Amino acid sequence: MENLFVNLEASLNRFLTATLPGSLPNLAMALASVVVILLFVLTNVVWLVYMERKVAAYMQDRLGPNRVGPRGLLQTVADVLKLLGKEDIVPVAADKWVFKIAAVTVLIPTIMLFAVIPFGNNLISIDLNIGVFYFVAISSTATISFLMAGWASNNKYSLLGGMRVVAQMIAYEIPLVFSLLGVVMLAGSLKMSDIVAAQKDVWFIVLQPVAFLIYFIAGTAELNRGPFDLPEAEQELIAGPFTEYSGFRYAMFFLAEYGNMVAISALAVTLFLGGPSGPWLPSWMWFVIKVYVMIFLFMWLKWTLPRIRLDHMMQFNWKFLLPLSLANILLTGIAIKLF
Amino acid sequence: MLQQYAGIGVFFLVAAIFPIIAIGAAWLVRPKKPSRVKLDTYECGLETQGPTWVQFKVGYFLYALVFLIFDIETVFLYPWAVQFQVLPLFAFVEMFIFIGILAVGLWYAWKEGALEWK
Repeated sequence: MENLFVNLEASLNRFLTATLPGSLPNLAMALASVVVILLFVLTNVVWLVYMERKVAAYMQDRLGPNRVGPRGLLQTVADVLKLLGKEDIVPVAADKWVFKIAAVTVLIPTIMLFAVIPFGNNLISIDLNIGVFYFVAISSTATISFLMAGWASNNKYSLLGGMRVVAQMIAYEIPLVFSLLGVVMLAGSLKMSDIVAAQKDVWFIVLQPVAFLIYFIAGTAELNRGPFDLPEAEQELIAGPFTEYSGFRYAMFFLAEYGNMVAISALAVTLFLGGPSGPWLPSWMWFVIKVYVMIFLFMWLKWTLPRIRLDHMMQFNWKFLLPLSLANILLTGIAIKLF
Repeated sequence: MLQQYAGIGVFFLVAAIFPIIAIGAAWLVRPKKPSRVKLDTYECGLETQGPTWVQFKVGYFLYALVFLIFDIETVFLYPWAVQFQVLPLFAFVEMFIFIGILAVGLWYAWKEGALEWK
């Protein structure tokens, strides 16, 4: 069981090397892994939308979706089919090309993030030597699509939402990036496989508890999830930057949002929770279990806390989280030099 | 090395093509009956007043400037963090001073009220 996917990958690699010339087998392997990752993300999103609604329902003492299929399991499938049959509306006032392109570009960083995630032992699609840096760089480009969507819609709610997204995401990116520095200093590498190997004896959450908390809070803000869901505050901004989107274009934003949640959770697992390692069960199963623990934490937070105010959100970041993350780097440095 | 980045290129291509295919597939089955009212800007049933693309609150721009400074700092901090355990104590002290200068900058922005949301 442990080597199920590793063996599959090896035999596919052998077959491709035998049939294709030059450096084509490598590209074909990348193609195979991106298709598998795409399927992984899609299945998870379908499941997560259902899980989110169920978790929310039980936290509010109700049942949640329970009509379509056994225990409402097919609810998301029904939702996707409904979205498929919806008209695609592009407002006359909108900047048409930017409006349309934003729905495509929003998904690109989401998929690309998974390239460096170790899904199990020896199960990384592309083990870059700058893995963590690559993740940070790609995830920060997600902001652009949101701003494009908000601006191009030519709708006042969208523009407000788009501006809030940018303000929030760039602000919280800094503590997020700084919190990862502590882990990088301990591991002495940006390569994901090295960082996982460095946690063989003790998980980095034990050595870097403050960094993990900062990462978790900043991650929630990066994902625009409650209590940091100001950009999409339904009661004031309808749906923020996505107000004018409908049908499958809207679905792309939805997909990216949940896909990013999986990616941010997967990075937390890799850097703080020992990566895909654990006793008894195969490593890829441990990876999924740990990712779902992280996702449940995100959901728990969202359905427990009320939305915070814009000025509080900004002040909390710049006046508390940022100095704290800087102090964490210095303290980590002193501790490493002392011990 | 170059092979790996070619792989990243494949990731980029597939990630860009997938949404186009998905939206294209939806285009085949969805109804297409546009009307003038449907294509209006949505604003809770009211007609929208005045232009949307106006000069925006300058507060966002100030935050963006502070962000830029710290984002560049991270570019310097990452190589340092990777080599941290190998470098001599001097590099550590040097980085202390570097972060110290930035902390002074943050303190200045704080004092000048650039971090206040008005």
